[in-house]
Amino acid sequence: MTEVTGRALVLAEPLSLWGGMDPATGEVIDAHHPQRGASLADRVVVMAAGRGSSSSASVLAEAVRAGVAPAAILLGEPDLILAIGTAVAEELYGRSVPVVVLPIAQLAAIPDGVEVRIGPGGVVRTA
Amino acid sequence: MLEGRAGSGAAFAMRLVVRASEVTGAARLIDVTGAHVDSCLYHGEATLDFVDRLVDGGARVSVPTTLNVGALDLLHPELWRGDPRTAERGRLLMERYRALGARATFTCAPYQLADSRPALGQHVAWGESNAIAFCNSVLGARTNRYGDFLDIAAAITGRVPEAGLHLTEARRATLVLRLAADVPGSLRDSDQLFPLLGIAVGRLAGSSVAAIDGLAPGQSEDRLKALGAAAASSGSVAMFHVVGSTPEAATLAEATLGQAPDAVEEIGLGELRAIRDELTTDAGVRLAAVSLGTPHASLAELERLASLLDGRQAHADVELLVSTGRDVLEAAAERGIAGRLAASGVELLVDTCSYIAPVLRHNDGAVMTDSAKWAYYAPGNIGVSVVIGSIEECVASAVAGRVIRDESVWQ
Repeated sequence: MTEVTGRALVLAEPLSLWGGMDPATGEVIDAHHPQRGASLADRVVVMAAGRGSSSSASVLAEAVRAGVAPAAILLGEPDLILAIGTAVAEELYGRSVPVVVLPIAQLAAIPDGVEVRIGPGGVVRTA
Repeated sequence: MLEGRAGSGAAFAMRLVVRASEVTGAARLIDVTGAHVDSCLYHGEATLDFVDRLVDGGARVSVPTTLNVGALDLLHPELWRGDPRTAERGRLLMERYRALGARATFTCAPYQLADSRPALGQHVAWGESNAIAFCNSVLGARTNRYGDFLDIAAAITGRVPEAGLHLTEARRATLVLRLAADVPGSLRDSDQLFPLLGIAVGRLAGSSVAAIDGLAPGQSEDRLKALGAAAASSGSVAMFHVVGSTPEAATLAEATLGQAPDAVEEIGLGELRAIRDELTTDAGVRLAAVSLGTPHASLAELERLASLLDGRQAHADVELLVSTGRDVLEAAAERGIAGRLAASGVELLVDTCSYIAPVLRHNDGAVMTDSAKWAYYAPGNIGVSVVIGSIEECVASAVAGRVIRDESVWQ
């Protein structure tokens, strides 16, 4: 895995990418989400868990194709749907979105807006 | 298969199954007896790039496979009101999945097809969040949340990781959600309770398995469908138990496998009312449409709608639209139900859903629905205002041409 960096976007609530993110712009479109209107593009998205629709893998792959995907996604528990979305994007386009699972305490310690670096082995450091 | 002896398409599919096995920490792969594939809904060119890789690589499904909704109604293409190019790409994607050997069912409710209902304990690979929840909870068949790409990969390889809800221990309810005593009997007896309760369940359960206690036994499949679809919208619910109604929960102790739950919580009248208010984004504007059938209406629901309409016409200024599966529509046509609905001015949409396909004629007002899933996703997907209500309120409103509420069940 190559190293990626980006500014953390800490989501107050889990977001389903399908119905939650516009894959053409990377913007949060879930009307019920407190961060509606925020852009996930190139951000290190931090959320406790994935949520909702099983179509989120397609939305993630399409966002990668369109160049508006998050830089990485950090989760508190494994999410098969997001992991497959990034695996397909890597096969089709040679670009991946690292999906890294962290202990909840470490995840909760990442403040919104800080620079986060994800290196080989999925290590996360806040600059 | 990984080495490509079954073709490069099958090898690609197997790589995804192996990746899934790594993520889930499974010790081995197991066989599935069927699949339900959600990947046939167009989400941009990436979805076509993916299936082209499979088709060009000579892949075919190896188990009976049903298809979820696509981007448009192939039987009634004239209903499409969006960009013709998007319709063409959506249609192409649906055709590509047929070319892999999957059945052209194009429904989010494959469990309504008599020959597509896996038996208790059978292992399958299903996509589509409401179908996954129904499969595990109501049929007692076993599936994980096979999202886009992995669903068709499992259908091609016939294999899935032995993990999660394929294992008995993961099906145990770790959370008990009890309907509080202040929920009146009239609401408990109403279909309206189930989608609202589902939203509460999804929020409280997240991705864990909950046992819902306090409902009368023997709840109908349509009510459980509404509950599960809502729970899988507000949370990542892939399985729930309803004590006395779902097959692995004859008693609360069966649902919890005799173990103490991690938590017991109550869902009260105030919370249900708050969810109804929250899902109603704008009750003050003109009523433009009434959208029913999310997830796809069953034959029983279509029959109920025809009875409630009882020959009355939908108001001239209100579009009354119902989404259903093409196989259910055919059965409804044979029984004269589709004709009765059409005579009342009901538009029947198949193969897709009215919050995916641009089919609504009027966008100058609110859309009323009985579905919490529709209410949850439509404002973001198609930018409409929503009013949620019971099926009775929806029908009364469609006929009157304005939102009509019946508060009596809430007293």
